[in-house]
Amino acid sequence: MRMRHSVLPGFGLTLGFSLFYLCLVVLIPLAALALKAASFGWEAIWQATTAPRALASYRLTFGASLAAALVNAVFGLVVAWVLVRYPFPGRRVVDALVDLPFALPTAVAGIALTSLYAETGWLGRPLASLGLKVAFTPIGVGVALTFIGLPFVVRTLQPVLEALDPEVEEAAASLGASRAQAVLRVVLPAIAPAWLTGTSLSFARALGEYGSVVFISGNMPMKTEIAPLVIMTKLEQYDHAGATAIAVTLLVASFLLLGAINLLQSWSARRGALE
Amino acid sequence: MARPTTETVAVRLLLVAVALAFLALFLVMPLVIVFQQALEKGLGAYLAAVREPNALAALRLTLLTAAIAVPANLLFGLAASWAIARFEFPGRSVLLTLIDLPFAISPVISGLIFILLFGRQGWLGPWLDAHDVNVVFAVPGIVLATVFVTFPFVARELIPVMQAQGRDEEEAAVVLGASGWQVFQRVTLPNVKWGLLYGVILCNARAMGEFGAVSVVSGHIRGLTNTLPLHVEILYNEYQFQAAFAVASLLALLALVTLMAKSVVEWREKATGGEGTEEPELDTERSAA
Repeated sequence: MRMRHSVLPGFGLTLGFSLFYLCLVVLIPLAALALKAASFGWEAIWQATTAPRALASYRLTFGASLAAALVNAVFGLVVAWVLVRYPFPGRRVVDALVDLPFALPTAVAGIALTSLYAETGWLGRPLASLGLKVAFTPIGVGVALTFIGLPFVVRTLQPVLEALDPEVEEAAASLGASRAQAVLRVVLPAIAPAWLTGTSLSFARALGEYGSVVFISGNMPMKTEIAPLVIMTKLEQYDHAGATAIAVTLLVASFLLLGAINLLQSWSARRGALE
Repeated sequence: MARPTTETVAVRLLLVAVALAFLALFLVMPLVIVFQQALEKGLGAYLAAVREPNALAALRLTLLTAAIAVPANLLFGLAASWAIARFEFPGRSVLLTLIDLPFAISPVISGLIFILLFGRQGWLGPWLDAHDVNVVFAVPGIVLATVFVTFPFVARELIPVMQAQGRDEEEAAVVLGASGWQVFQRVTLPNVKWGLLYGVILCNARAMGEFGAVSVVSGHIRGLTNTLPLHVEILYNEYQFQAAFAVASLLALLALVTLMAKSVVEWREKATGGEGTEEPELDTERSAA
């Protein structure tokens, strides 16, 4: 059933090719993962999913991702605010640089962060003299995940801040609100959905991250081993059932999270439409 | 009494300083240290590391992979955005969600999927073995994993641009007697070229830099199944730090070129957008990769 007849040609061809390619590249391989997981049997899957080493890796993955997302929520807001509101020399270069974590291969980010934060590194040495070890500890994992997630918060907030009508803030001021009151009670509520969306996107990205973390984490089982690395290790031992079990757990978590983010985005779109 | 509608100078300066300090710490320093470490032992050592046969083999494989993955996903992006942005059909929003799927999947899991399909214990493993075809731990696996990981990039960029453009101009061209191919070449392509270019740039950056997915399926055979990011890992794990950073600096340069190209494209997009009759509402969240 086509809603509206269009004079444009090529519907069947382009949709047909798109569906074919989508099935071939994405859907069939994903279905294979689900079928394979089922073929190992629930017992084996459950055991691998709840093994102590797997549980420790979920704790680290979720904990460090959450910590990184919160750091990005705070500093991402400051960066987005400064980039949108305050003209300063070099702003365009800084703005372009925010996308670096999207563009820089994760392995490069990983070795760069590791040598910065190692005990002999530029940042690791002063931090070590303060008694803080970063590389090869869970803090290092958090640092790498902060790097990876930063653009999500900034890039989600920027358009919303740009679209904010200055008249609303002027109205608040003319009605007697102090600047702090105007920001807290007018600006922040307006950007709250986008802020939450950006933070969740940064969290979701951090959950699956591998390349930038493996170098700085030190990969000690039960201590600094993230869930994607456990998958990798199990694959190297030809334990496909174990690898698949943890992969399915991680996938379900990211799909649930992205579902929630989609709801959030439609909520913020509705709010935008009301204003 | 006039109430302020912006922050005091002191607050502004403080916020700018905090933002710049954070970005310097988390973005600039990692970038700087790559080049500092790469050139630590001088230009000679740098060039030697970059020109070493295994590094060149890795570079060739990286270029080959991108040369297959980017055009394949470009073709898909064009087809999908034509179908989605130009026609209404049931299931359109489901299709949009499915296109984004690979973004939601950990790179390691993306690699695992292909091991489960084509590996020795995988669904097609016995058949491939019998016909002496290697997919996993060989070049085809690397290409497949890269195509999977970079699948959404072009489509994600192009769909919002084409939706913003509207279909009026194309319909007019068809009514005036243009063929489908003429419409695409003369009307659609000139209108969306910057968005398209941006998608290709992002797709290429990810294709050349992918690490996790490729690492799972590659088998790390030097000179044969090593891409540049994998070569960086091997050198680093062998404590050849200077060589690792020298090779990494090539990828960092690619990232810088990508960022510059992105800025230029965005600037061109704005410049050409102003001339059009319609204000293109560009999806600004699109770089959420």
